Amino acid sequence: MNNLILSSTTFGVVISFLGFMIGMALKKRFKIAIFNPLLIAILLVIAVLKLFRIDYSSYNASAKYLSYLLTPATVCLAIPLYTQLEKLRQNLLAILCALAVGVLTSLVSVLALSALFRLSHQEYVTLLPKSVTSAIGMGVSEELGGYSSITVAVIILSGIFGNVSGDLVCRLFRITEPIAKGLGMGAASHAIGTARAMEWGELEGAMSSLAIVVSGLLTVVGASVFANFL
Amino acid sequence: MKYIRQMLIILSVTCVAEILKYFIPLPIPASIYGLVLMFLLLVTGIVKLPQVKETAEFLVEIMTIMFIPATVGLMENWDVLRPILFPLIVIIPVTTVLVMGITGRTAQRILRRRGKENE
Repeated sequence: MNNLILSSTTFGVVISFLGFMIGMALKKRFKIAIFNPLLIAILLVIAVLKLFRIDYSSYNASAKYLSYLLTPATVCLAIPLYTQLEKLRQNLLAILCALAVGVLTSLVSVLALSALFRLSHQEYVTLLPKSVTSAIGMGVSEELGGYSSITVAVIILSGIFGNVSGDLVCRLFRITEPIAKGLGMGAASHAIGTARAMEWGELEGAMSSLAIVVSGLLTVVGASVFANFL
Repeated sequence: MKYIRQMLIILSVTCVAEILKYFIPLPIPASIYGLVLMFLLLVTGIVKLPQVKETAEFLVEIMTIMFIPATVGLMENWDVLRPILFPLIVIIPVTTVLVMGITGRTAQRILRRRGKENE
């Protein structure tokens, strides 16, 4: 089985797309937040791999072409940002203030919870960059002496959680302005959240993309300061 | 020709970003340099929107699917999370909700206050 899958250049891509389509169909059928297409696709792919005893590496032999597109796709997030340039310019101060508050919230909440759970310094700095895009987070974690592989896992899980819970969180906090929704999503859940914000609308998507960049850069500085606190 | 040129521009910007990443010793990924670079090229008019539009929209639309392989990969190194699994089950949802909620509320409050001033 593994050899068969390994010899395919499309299997991993096909089941990823298929899982997502099934997720979309389920979401349309049952309008519940937990039927998030991304979450369902991930669970279905894992189920297929377990059921047919396919190794992750065999799946990834073809699925890696999806990951390959991630960098050019992130570059393309500049396009919605550019088309929303006017809104960006008009609200620049509000946007920057909100993102600075967001980064501070992330660092303070990780500090407080790490202290609560009595995590070691090394575990604490591993979690500090948990809300930023994975490549920045991994770099920050390494720099501060954390476990970068745990950082990447936590960053992905934070992204998925935000992508899935975003609609509910916005309702809970009564956030209705498209700019505010996008910024919140991007600040908390980086590119994975941005994918959801893009589905909300172009303005939400643009603001979420902006949040990835600004929060990412602020966290590089902020995390190195907060690393001294525990 | 349209798609060839669009793909060429997007991949070229990505490639330049990767070269920047190689020379700049900061924990910033190529994708961020590329995003900023593409934005600057559009703002300065060196690259025009129609020269990248359709291909960019295609890539952004299927972006969610691109996260599936890496996330499925977590099942391989599940073991690294085990020592701090319980704290993580609390920390990941709590901080994610707080950051999203507080960032959004802050933005909304400032936007609405300014909206009122302008009236």
